[in-house]
Amino acid sequence: MSTDLDKLWPLLFPAIGQTLQMVAAVMVIVVAVGTPVGVVLHNSSPGALFPHRALRATLSWVVNLGRSLPFLILMAAIIPFTRYVAGTTIGVSAAIVPMSLAGIPYFARLVETALREVDREATEAGRAAGGSRLQVIVSVQLAEALPALVGSLTIAIVGMLEFSAIAGTIGAGGIGYLAISYGYERFDTTVMTATIVTLIVMVQVIQFTGDRIVRRLAH
Amino acid sequence: MIRVEKLHKTFGTGTRARPVLHEVDLNIAQGTIGAVVGPSGAGKSTLARCVNLLERPTSGRVWVAGTDVTDLPERDLRHARRAIGTVFQSANLLRRRTAAQNVAMPLRYLGVTAREEKRRVAELLERVGLTDRADDYPAQLSGGQRQRVGIARALALRPKVLLSDEATSGLDPAATRSVLALLRELRTDLDLAILLITHEMEVVREVADTAALLREGRVAESGPVHQLVADPHSALGNALLPDRPVSWDRPGLGTWRLTYQGHAVPTDWLTRLGADHGLDVHLLSATVEEIAGRAAGRATIAVGHDRADELTAALDGWGIHAEPLPEPLPESLPGPLPPDHSARAEEPAASEPASEAAAETAAETVV
Ligand SMILES: Nc1ncnc2c1ncn2[C@@H]1O[C@H](COP(=O)(O)OP(=O)(O)OP(=O)(O)O)[C@@H](O)[C@H]1O
Ligand SMILES: [Mg+2]
Repeated sequence: MSTDLDKLWPLLFPAIGQTLQMVAAVMVIVVAVGTPVGVVLHNSSPGALFPHRALRATLSWVVNLGRSLPFLILMAAIIPFTRYVAGTTIGVSAAIVPMSLAGIPYFARLVETALREVDREATEAGRAAGGSRLQVIVSVQLAEALPALVGSLTIAIVGMLEFSAIAGTIGAGGIGYLAISYGYERFDTTVMTATIVTLIVMVQVIQFTGDRIVRRLAH
Repeated sequence: MIRVEKLHKTFGTGTRARPVLHEVDLNIAQGTIGAVVGPSGAGKSTLARCVNLLERPTSGRVWVAGTDVTDLPERDLRHARRAIGTVFQSANLLRRRTAAQNVAMPLRYLGVTAREEKRRVAELLERVGLTDRADDYPAQLSGGQRQRVGIARALALRPKVLLSDEATSGLDPAATRSVLALLRELRTDLDLAILLITHEMEVVREVADTAALLREGRVAESGPVHQLVADPHSALGNALLPDRPVSWDRPGLGTWRLTYQGHAVPTDWLTRLGADHGLDVHLLSATVEEIAGRAAGRATIAVGHDRADELTAALDGWGIHAEPLPEPLPESLPGPLPPDHSARAEEPAASEPASEAAAETAAETVV
């Protein structure tokens, strides 16, 4: 019941490709949407650039909503929405929808936390120097938080890798799909082991690279 | 010029309303440094933030360099802020930018050309004496140097007005002095109006032309520093030039509190009282400083009751204000304290041993 090693590669290789593709696509969306959401979450809080109680409360509630459901349940719950957006409920493009929905609030919170670490007075200095809000957000808040943001990015990528594996179990392809269809359903220990090793290696490489960059950014 | 009129500031609304500033008036002319002192929580920073438009006054008016900035719409605030340089406590430099990049920040926001930016940054760093540290990150600079970078940044857009909120807090005395010297130099060279917020009297003595005491959000006292120190009843003047209370009670001697200020007072007045007037003067305590470029002093002396008229006449002639201290003193000392005498008397009567504080004062009498 075991796949030969030379049959493993043709299975594993495209699966890794699909996983990377999924994670990369999702990360683009997550960063593009999650960053502004995190910036607004931070700056609508008292004492920040544009304090706004109602805006913050609403946004915070929505973000919490997105984060309160386990990914598997979220994925199942939004199938109609996924079909509407992606036109299908299986495959890589279908997985991107729930992954983004779960990833955006996750990353937004990470960005908010990273920005909170930036000295509030640095923001004030930016404003006092005549910077617009956007200028202060970009050149003071995000720039000063850069190492923390790279750390957040690393965490988010690892998180998305995990989501992609879960998405794989309901037919999204990638390593998760391989693990379920071969390892779990056919008791193929070789494939199972290979997927586990692959995931471990990927997480380690992502974390290692992220840490290296953070260290290089630190002054 | 910085002008604040009847400024009120209340944080929050309704039941959570928290009034912080009441009827604050302030005036700082170009080419002068106006200090605002006061205990923690008095509202000093809030006042500064109302002036640099980071905070909107609840009522009252604020003028900066001739412009009424009170009701400026949001989009004009940014523009108005450029006429105001702000130096913060701990400088608030961006940690991930070099000294030069920090100084360049307001220029970048304004959008000057790269060449102009480079030229101006070099000029500013030279002005604050940090040309050789241009490429250092804040973490590589000392507190005083960071503060100088902060000052250079505040000056980048050639403001007419400079705000400094506790800029020297946390600096050692040498760094404090060098930062203050720089501020004084800038005041004169660039004809700046500088609002200097501090809780250190030392700083006020060193650089301020005028001072205001803020207490619980109100201006308790204000005026030119040289007038404040010359006023024997001014609490601020007393804080600026403290003369420790002296307890000294000798039969036949009267105690006098002297206050003086200005060039007219001969610096050798004490010797002259003896030499020219034949007065036997006991110097009990004294502080003499140069404040706002003039000698200023406070002293407590004792002279025989029978010579009181001669004393006041001589002092009057020099322009030294003299006031007799009430007798008997609340805490008085019957002469030198015997070594075995407990200095712990609860409520010393007129001729009983005095409290520890009084004993200390006598021992520390400054000459
Ligand atoms: N944004 C704010 N919201 C509510 N209260 C505030 C706010 N900013 C300041 N306060 C309150 O206003 C009062 C004055 O604060 P401020 O910072 O002006 O004092 P300060 O004189 O600068 O004190 P310190 O010497 O400690 O810096 C304090 O009681 C403070 O809690
Ligand atoms: Mg303060």
